[in-house]
Amino acid sequence: MDAIKAVEAAHVKENAENFRIGDTVKVHFRIVEGQTERIQIYEGLVIALNNSGLRRTVTVRKLSYGVGVERIFPLHSPRVQQIELVRRGRVRRAKLYYIRNRVGKAAKVPELVRRKER
Amino acid sequence: MVGLIGKKVGMTQVFDDTGRLIPVTVLKVEPNVVVAQRTVDRDGYSAVVLGANPQKESRMAKPVLGQFAEGIQPMRDLYEFRDFGRECAVGDTLGLDVMQDVGYVDITGTTKGKGFQGVMKRHNFGGGRKTHGSKFHRANGSTGMAAYPAKVIKGTKMAGRMGGERSTVLSLRVVRIDQENQLILVKGAVPGRKNAVVRIRPAVKRSMIG
Repeated sequence: MDAIKAVEAAHVKENAENFRIGDTVKVHFRIVEGQTERIQIYEGLVIALNNSGLRRTVTVRKLSYGVGVERIFPLHSPRVQQIELVRRGRVRRAKLYYIRNRVGKAAKVPELVRRKER
Repeated sequence: MVGLIGKKVGMTQVFDDTGRLIPVTVLKVEPNVVVAQRTVDRDGYSAVVLGANPQKESRMAKPVLGQFAEGIQPMRDLYEFRDFGRECAVGDTLGLDVMQDVGYVDITGTTKGKGFQGVMKRHNFGGGRKTHGSKFHRANGSTGMAAYPAKVIKGTKMAGRMGGERSTVLSLRVVRIDQENQLILVKGAVPGRKNAVVRIRPAVKRSMIG
């Protein structure tokens, strides 16, 4: 069992999960087209985190020309260069699938404002 | 052909250079000891007997102990590898360096026992309809002809014990070899449960260079 963990640990990125459900993030995703390589930035709302360890994935939803688009990124994939936190969101669920059925302002997640600790 | 005795550790996934997840089986190869050699002159064929998994002397039967030369620790698992193709003497230890520049391997092991299974699972029979008045669901159907031959032919596929038999998976790609931890990662599944003893040899149906 430990040997399996050791094999997986070699691929796991440290501190890859610097965001939470409901946050808006920019995913820097490496795209290889034949010989050339470029970074595509995909910005959207984190609506789900699934699995654990090496297989951890993040589902990011955005609206593209009025059409909802969801992409699932393996968090520890070498093609995910960086996940940049844009805005924190205040949510009360672990999975935000209800957003799919909402349109316009109702589909917004309020921003998380942290009060200063006294 | 060279070969090694290993142990199935389990399955996991690893990323390759392009970021794709590959399903892999992790095998552990602890040092194999050359226990004996078969020669054409004496035995009529050439082979090397490898042993793995040291065992206490008190746990071995005396007739089994007899084949271990002095100074060699008794081993639980012994396998012959025909035409080894690599110089070695009795008492040598072999590790994964034997497989260093091998791209594909064949893995031999014992499959998991499945118990008494019906023909659909055991022999991939199609079965019948579940609904629409069908009374033929998972049964085997006819097992033969009529007055001639007036018996069921031997070897007819029927329900029975499944699994627990020797099986070889051919041409599994070697994903990585970790000499330090004595691990080899191969793409895909391997027969047997965790901790099962498996035999590894370079693939016979695929080029040896990865």
